Amino acid sequence: MAQLTYREAVAAGIAQEMERDETVAFIGEDVARAGGVFKATVGLFDKFGPKRVIDTPISEQAILGAAMGAAMTGMRPIAEIMFSDFLAVCWDFVANEMSKSRYMSDGQLKCPLVVRTGNGGGSRFGAQHSQSVENWAMAIPGIKVVAPSTPADVKGLLAASVRDEDPVIFFEHKSLYPIKGEVPEGEHVDTLGTAKIVRSGTDATIVALALMVPRAIQAADKLKIDHGIDVEVVDIRTLVPLDMKTISSSVVKTGRLFTVEENPRLCGWGAEIVSIVVDELFWDLDGPAVRITTPHIPLPAADNLEDITLPSVDRIYSKILDVLR
Amino acid sequence: MAKKKTLNNDDIDEKKRLELYNSQYLIRFAEQRAYDLFLENLVKGTSHLSLGQEAIAAGFATAMQVNDKSFCTYRGHAHTLARGASVVGVLGELMQRDCGLMRGKGGSMHLTDTSKGVMGSYAIIGAHLPMAVGSAWRAQYMGHDDVATVFFGDGTTNIGAFHEALNYAVVYKLPVIFVCENNNYMEYTPIESITAVKNPAADRASAYGLESIIIDGNDADEVYRTAQVAYSKARSGDGPSLIECKTYRQSGHSRADPGAYRPDGELDHWKKNNDPITRYRARLIEFGVKQKVIDGIEANVKRVVDEATEEAKNSPVPPEEILTTNVYANGGWAWRN
Ligand SMILES: Cc1ncc(C[n+]2csc(CCOP(=O)(O)OP(=O)(O)O)c2C)c(N)n1
Ligand SMILES: [Mg+2]
Repeated sequence: MAQLTYREAVAAGIAQEMERDETVAFIGEDVARAGGVFKATVGLFDKFGPKRVIDTPISEQAILGAAMGAAMTGMRPIAEIMFSDFLAVCWDFVANEMSKSRYMSDGQLKCPLVVRTGNGGGSRFGAQHSQSVENWAMAIPGIKVVAPSTPADVKGLLAASVRDEDPVIFFEHKSLYPIKGEVPEGEHVDTLGTAKIVRSGTDATIVALALMVPRAIQAADKLKIDHGIDVEVVDIRTLVPLDMKTISSSVVKTGRLFTVEENPRLCGWGAEIVSIVVDELFWDLDGPAVRITTPHIPLPAADNLEDITLPSVDRIYSKILDVLR
Repeated sequence: MAKKKTLNNDDIDEKKRLELYNSQYLIRFAEQRAYDLFLENLVKGTSHLSLGQEAIAAGFATAMQVNDKSFCTYRGHAHTLARGASVVGVLGELMQRDCGLMRGKGGSMHLTDTSKGVMGSYAIIGAHLPMAVGSAWRAQYMGHDDVATVFFGDGTTNIGAFHEALNYAVVYKLPVIFVCENNNYMEYTPIESITAVKNPAADRASAYGLESIIIDGNDADEVYRTAQVAYSKARSGDGPSLIECKTYRQSGHSRADPGAYRPDGELDHWKKNNDPITRYRARLIEFGVKQKVIDGIEANVKRVVDEATEEAKNSPVPPEEILTTNVYANGGWAWRN
């Protein structure tokens, strides 16, 4: 096992796949010589050179369109959209093009590509550089949606995304880039569509994603220490495909469901999970399923305001305590 | 020997010249203060300074009339200050205090002061060009005499919205001025390595039937004169202009950037030989402005910025109750009953 940061795991995952497969190339703004604005792709340019690691103009439509054209004709490109908020300027390629070409061509076309993007809040960047937009992507049939919470998952799921035959939007959480964790040595490939129980418990299930996973675990630890409440935490890891088996068996065991979501409330991914649970497991529930989300507002810049906006350890803890008591 | 220039035989009078200097010096000093404040960890989040690019903001704003509209980027402190926004409001916003222009809700990248015609600062590249076109459309439609000016960088010329906005503005002959501040870099990447033409804005002008205009963006007089011509053209119904101003960013792209990608000596060269403030100060002297007058302007700016800094430092952080205000037009955030 090696200790890597989340950002180092990004570079390690890309490097692993580029070494293995010549058709993998990486494009984006300031990703090559500068190593990315989040320094998540440092070293790739030196290792693989300007043919395979390419600095592009600020042309997000061209970046995704080119990635798609290359993918359709035999490459496996990785494209970076620096901040996930910027996906909105090239959303046509996500919502109408890469997600639909396989279907519209009845399987003649394919788009095996990965769009990596810096997602999420906590950096005081304000309303246009802090959003959690994984639920935008989840709403589109035809693409896969990944959002890891640990360095090991970054590397393993990124590798799986590159090898996948479908387009994958890979959400990296900006506030997780500095965290460290164990990453298996040698080739590491994980499986899309698998959630993970990251803390086991018997009294309630929290389903969380990305930055909300460590927060959920901390809240669960505190609930155990303070009140003896034993909460199970499920890290969803990939929203599409969604591992309902893991989520459902946890809910069947605990009888209670909480989601912790960084996206604003309306149509957040948790709404879908709650609706499936209510549909399929209504009689297994011992009480209401509760969503803990960012309120339905744009994100403020000021640190004290941002801190009370995203779900915090305290908010998760108090909400669960309130509901369970 | 050429006849010595005096203020009397020049097209820009002394009052305007001092205004131009004051504006540039204010921007320089306030931006340096912003930098100091983030070294003190009092500026949170990110921050993009216009050090070295002051002449563009000063030249255009000085040529504007009060009802003109400015559309800025995340590198917008300079343009906001140049329109006369309060220094406390600007520094306070950078420090995310209650006294900030937007009470800490927008932050450094989104400075807005509609009372001064600053219609916002936008952090998604390209978005504000079509918005400026829309403001110009409104002016034309409603018979107003204001002109919209949109400021953006060299890197922005490679996004689709730049091209769409230009074509649209020309088609409808709209009163909008497109100002490209070519500071040589798109973040950390030299602009020429990612752009098909040498002059990222001006070389595209002919594609939209516009005159190719390239000016020295570090000469406030040249900026001011060019701006005057463009505003009078726009106000007489003759449509948009695209102006490429050559300049250089003396600070990092943002607070996180030490500028390691610059070739050796490049920054020093610009600071020593082509700094807009140093150049303008020398010109004032050349035109016979007394050192005392220049010192007076500088002292006054320092006092204003010092006072603003103190006031912003003493201002409380924004109260929690404003978190959910102004999401919708009724002032609140409710989305259900
Ligand atoms: C659509 C979009 N893509 C990328 C970015 C990230 N970004 C912020 S500033 C910048 C460089 C802009 O360069 P330029 O237009 O030359 O302006 P400058 O910063 O030099 O003033 C980039 C790529 C963004 N904000 N929006
Ligand atoms: Mg630039």
